Amino acid sequence: MAEDDAGDGSANETGDQAGKPIEENDVTADPSTAGGPEQRQPAAPVRIGTGPGRLLLWLYGIFTVAALSRSIVQISMKFHHAPLAYSLSAVAGVVYAVILVALSKGGESARRVAMVCCSIELVGVVTVGTLTVVDSSAFADSTVWSYYGAGYLLLPLALPVTGLLWLRRAAREAVPAAAGAPVPDAGRQD
Amino acid sequence: MVDAVILTVSVTALLLAAWCGYAAYRDSPTKDWHFIGMAVVTLAALVQLVVALVQLARGERPDHGMAVFLAYLIGAACTVPAAAFMSLAERTRWGSAIVAAGGVILAVLELRLHEIWGSGHG
Repeated sequence: MAEDDAGDGSANETGDQAGKPIEENDVTADPSTAGGPEQRQPAAPVRIGTGPGRLLLWLYGIFTVAALSRSIVQISMKFHHAPLAYSLSAVAGVVYAVILVALSKGGESARRVAMVCCSIELVGVVTVGTLTVVDSSAFADSTVWSYYGAGYLLLPLALPVTGLLWLRRAAREAVPAAAGAPVPDAGRQD
Repeated sequence: MVDAVILTVSVTALLLAAWCGYAAYRDSPTKDWHFIGMAVVTLAALVQLVVALVQLARGERPDHGMAVFLAYLIGAACTVPAAAFMSLAERTRWGSAIVAAGGVILAVLELRLHEIWGSGHG
């Protein structure tokens, strides 16, 4: 009976938590207060693909399809025209695909993979964007990252920044759960 | 003919984006009426697909590449249904934001379709 209640309570709590922006709780990441009346269970993995994360998932999905299909067409039909630009588009597409899979999978290791890939993406879009602004003939054909992604509503620049902020927040929300509860579960009174 | 359909899809897509963007701003998930709106935009995109295929069958050709034109046509037809399924899975304001983003992206696809089709048609 008591067990059932505890289980339901924690499930609801993690469910709500995914949708709402909780910021006050993060600052006071004190296990004694965080695990007060309702203790958080560590069972639920870090959800990075729900709430705002699902909007990111959707946008990364579109960019994966767009960048990969575009580079497949270009590489198969006219690779020699601009080998560097088309290879870059393919790399961008693969990076988007990895982030997409990581977001939908969830969990701490997927979150780290997504962090690394978002960083690569940010470095890529800033480097390629700056190169094309400084010297418009740097690449023989435009890529997803040319002019900071201006041809794609600047989303290639906005996505990694938003992604990194979101992934950082997801980690901070997960810290109390990870720190608060691994042992209490084993020491239950029954 | 193709231009008129492209314009229709663009306008309905932007209206859908504004409507669902407002719902996201109001902290509301997508409701039945929103899904009817998505169905209307999807229908417009499917009509566009058929009209474009008919024009291609009658011998008209896009100015900037057949494969790319077809890819954008299919992408345009799939965008809003995909957004609808994503918003079914996300019953929060973010589900509305997903559809709003989908509407804007469809409008961008229409712009590209317009460029690829070119102006050399009646």
